[in-house]
Amino acid sequence: MPLSTQSQTGGDNYVLVASLDNVRNLSNILKAITFKDHAIFNATPNGLKVTVEDSKCLQANAFIQVNLPGVYHQRGLMATALRMCYNGYGYPLTLFLEEGGVVTVCKINTQEPEEPIDFEFCSTNVTNKVILQSESLKEAFSELDMTSEVLQITMSPSQPYFRLSTFGNSGNAHYDYPKDSDMMELFQCTKTQTNRYKMSLLKPSTKALALSCKVSVRTDSRGFLSLQYLVRNDDGQICFVEYYCCPDEEVEEE
Amino acid sequence: RPLRGQERHACQEKCSIIIRRRILGLRRRNGGKKRGRGGLRERGRKRANFFDEYQLEGVAPDANEICLEVTPENLSRALRTSQNAKCVKIKLTKKHCPCLTLVAELPTLSSVSRVVTHDIPVDVIPRRLWHDFKEPSMPDFDVSIYLPPLKTMKNVVDRMKNLSNFLVMEANLNGEMNLKIETDLVSVTTHFKDLGNPPWGDDGSPGRSQSRDPEVMAHTRVDIRKLQQFLMGQQVNPSKAMCNIVHKRIIHLILLHEDVSLQYFIPAVA
Repeated sequence: MPLSTQSQTGGDNYVLVASLDNVRNLSNILKAITFKDHAIFNATPNGLKVTVEDSKCLQANAFIQVNLPGVYHQRGLMATALRMCYNGYGYPLTLFLEEGGVVTVCKINTQEPEEPIDFEFCSTNVTNKVILQSESLKEAFSELDMTSEVLQITMSPSQPYFRLSTFGNSGNAHYDYPKDSDMMELFQCTKTQTNRYKMSLLKPSTKALALSCKVSVRTDSRGFLSLQYLVRNDDGQICFVEYYCCPDEEVEEE
Repeated sequence: RPLRGQERHACQEKCSIIIRRRILGLRRRNGGKKRGRGGLRERGRKRANFFDEYQLEGVAPDANEICLEVTPENLSRALRTSQNAKCVKIKLTKKHCPCLTLVAELPTLSSVSRVVTHDIPVDVIPRRLWHDFKEPSMPDFDVSIYLPPLKTMKNVVDRMKNLSNFLVMEANLNGEMNLKIETDLVSVTTHFKDLGNPPWGDDGSPGRSQSRDPEVMAHTRVDIRKLQQFLMGQQVNPSKAMCNIVHKRIIHLILLHEDVSLQYFIPAVA
């Protein structure tokens, strides 16, 4: 980005100050997970994590990491710079946006955060994992039959390897990605799994997909889904967006 | 030179045209008849420079004016077709009803011009109602300030409109202006600096501006949509744009472009 943070600044008594040369990248990432009215902002020494949840079944997280100091990026002519400040509990989140000498100050009232759901998705429990170039999935996602209530994901060490399926009014559709395809960067499937996820929950992930260059798709033994998107912005900085989703129903494993 | 369609943004509501000896005024009142309601005002000054020919025979020798009401859309449509005209004549005529007849001579490939005539129906406003159409006088303002680039202002106001229906405009004699909105969830303030304040002198500036503390802001809360409407006029490309604020009462916006001034009064809301 680069995003720089300080845990405390002198006179202002802020507990968080974050600065960005160009707010556009942050804005794009946040738009990618804005499918609900509320988000949880979590600031750590490593960076910002923004969480949005839907009906206790879906969770989206955007990670904006801190960059090492000393890296200077030339601001574009029409770039908007951002300074985000927070005084602590009870204070609003204050954004200072500057563009062409004009400063806009936004104070956003904060609320009691709810504890984000812990999906207990850990890498040791991962059954199947693929990493794809986003290009290949973008096409499929843009064509997804929205009359289908679910998106079915099949992952298997054997045919069809990686398959997306929909069951809509016009019929069933399958998108197959063979394990030796150019688009497939990593293929680690240990057992055949078929899981269904509510289309309405996954559809918002299309925005994150659009920004990304790579996607990792993982399922664990419970059928929980983890989608991780690698977003590289114009400055070459890297951010992550991830989605966790509960399976819609049990499907007999073939 | 053909009259340009500045009245275009007066939309569907009726627009009144007041033709006087020196001034051609187009005016739209926003709804009610009372003075002081928000409205779009346009005025042509120094008509000698604007028009090649100007003949007027008013209602009476002591009231050398004509007051007409017209649907702006009709007028702007006619003007649009005359944009490339060599010459345009506007006459008040009587066809099946009183009309503004617009005769445009359009260029063709041959030596013979093509003439297009538009008859725009108008209502003649009788003299007894003229007080309703009286031009509001320049208010006794607290602060006068040049506006920031209208395009920038429009961007800011358009985005603020997403968050709130009401906006506070405040400015001081130090060339500073703030646009503010506030809701339960968020407050947003955009700060403009170094805008400059118009040097009102003997023109009739209120005496109080001389002794006013330059840091103190005069502010007025208005319906954001009315401000948005005014900002659509930025396409006129004014040479000067300024704003007079009467604290908690009214915002008076003025665009100047050559011979034409566009004035907009936005009253305060509670």
